[in-house]
Amino acid sequence: MSAAGARVPSTENAVAVDGVAKAFGEVKALDGISFTVAPGEIFGFIGPDGAGKTTLFRILTTLLVPDAGTARVLGLDVVRDLWALRRRVGYMPGRFSLYPDLSVQENVEFFASVFGTTLKAEYELIAPIYRQIEPFRERRAGALSGGMKQKLALCCALVHRPDILFLDEPTTGVDAVSRREFWDLLGELRTGGLTIVVSTPYMEEAGRCDRVALIAGGRILRIDAPGAIGAAYPLPLLAVRGPRRFELIQALRRHPHARSVYPFGDELHYTDDREDAGAAEVASDVTAYLAREGFAEARVEPAEAGIEDSFMALMGAPEGAAA
Amino acid sequence: MSDAAAIEAIGLTRRFGAFTAVDAITFRVGRGEVFGFLGANGAGKTTAIRMLIGVLAPTAGEARVAGRDVYTQAEEVKRRIGYMSQRFSLYEDLTVRENISLYGGIYGLTDREIDERADRLLESLGFTHAAGDLVRSLPLGWRQKLAFSVAMIHQPEIVFLDEPTGGVDPITRRQFWEMIYAAAAGGTTVFVTTHYMDEAEYCDRVSIMVAGRIAALGTPDELKRQFGAASIDEVFVRLARPEGGAKEAA
Repeated sequence: MSAAGARVPSTENAVAVDGVAKAFGEVKALDGISFTVAPGEIFGFIGPDGAGKTTLFRILTTLLVPDAGTARVLGLDVVRDLWALRRRVGYMPGRFSLYPDLSVQENVEFFASVFGTTLKAEYELIAPIYRQIEPFRERRAGALSGGMKQKLALCCALVHRPDILFLDEPTTGVDAVSRREFWDLLGELRTGGLTIVVSTPYMEEAGRCDRVALIAGGRILRIDAPGAIGAAYPLPLLAVRGPRRFELIQALRRHPHARSVYPFGDELHYTDDREDAGAAEVASDVTAYLAREGFAEARVEPAEAGIEDSFMALMGAPEGAAA
Repeated sequence: MSDAAAIEAIGLTRRFGAFTAVDAITFRVGRGEVFGFLGANGAGKTTAIRMLIGVLAPTAGEARVAGRDVYTQAEEVKRRIGYMSQRFSLYEDLTVRENISLYGGIYGLTDREIDERADRLLESLGFTHAAGDLVRSLPLGWRQKLAFSVAMIHQPEIVFLDEPTGGVDPITRRQFWEMIYAAAAGGTTVFVTTHYMDEAEYCDRVSIMVAGRIAALGTPDELKRQFGAASIDEVFVRLARPEGGAKEAA
């Protein structure tokens, strides 16, 4: 897989991880993962709860020591050089970790003072984000809505001018609109040259990253540009629309060549197991099949796979086959 | 007021001091319907749900659930509904089976009913081998499926699901929705919130709350037509940020 390039650690990489493993008792949170992040890149970890994302972020921000493997961030070793590294890394943990009883402004001032600076001195840097929450600067952080809490946390992670930003699920539990706004902000920060490593369980956010790693069960399933991941989908994929959805799903699953059938918004995505068949040919076969099964009104057409299709295909693949 | 409605809210309002969290919402959910209750963070969804399940008194208006007034007939309502809250529905220090027994007991089932339903439930989830495992040790997706089954153990007429699939992997998320479809096919009314806009398309009807009011309500197709949008995601973005700017409801 494309993570192979990560074998040679280089100081040119913003992040270089090689064979990192971490277990908690019996549970292998990270099972030997390798990857690199280029400077100025938005690199996304896409995967569900329990995939190992938080463990990885804690290792990269020097808060946890790996059992095996090496990790370098900005050319510094996360274990040996932790003190030098800590000043240069911004970290936004997954759980809301600001002081709920301090005001918005007090939180930012506190985090600035820890790094020997002030809100005033760094105002220009954080202004694009801070201005959005500034009208509420007197409000207790605990009383903010989800989207505003995330913006405040981002300000606090940025206020000491880090060279790299680690954001662990910054948009989990945040509504679809606030999520978009948050990603717009990350795009602006990237334009300013900051390297950003970010994780999310929302597959559609992958498109906002330069490259993404799909992660599940402590392993990286694939690393690539978001567009390339869907394009590499190996089997014919069809989009099916029609009434009596629940029954339609069952009928499609009974097709002798069905590999998987999943609801996708207002469509169903049907993957066929005939690797060498053309999508148009499979589509007419499935249309005829559905007509025989009493779904003559269903519309079937070839579809382009997205990240979520690929992710599910890789997750569903037999152990080891994905690598 | 019709007997056919599973949920009926009429001018339902809740104020906290000067702030109106829920501003005179009126809607109706039919029996056996899958109803998606959408809205941005802070739009008032959770406050509305807390009133509908009878744990928060409204400032004004009325709510009827399963044909009964939520406030004057609270005990009768509680027996007829199931509720799964965001993430905190199960006791992590109890085993899978202990959680099922506990909730069965709370909902007033007999020991024999609990045993029978627990066996059936574990089998249908494919969890029989994990019955003695602590809930804490289960992956999130399993926990959420279990929490849903537990919320259904007393065969309620209506089940309220508050963000049941947040953070859940895409395959398990879809399996969860098939459980929802199965519950609805069995006649249970499902009232569900989500931040995944693709899931909004799986509902029979959806409402979208903006700043305490219901700004849109209809089938996904109706809403897309009404707003000339390709997806519910697009409808949602337009309603939640009418100026297209970055202002946020406090």
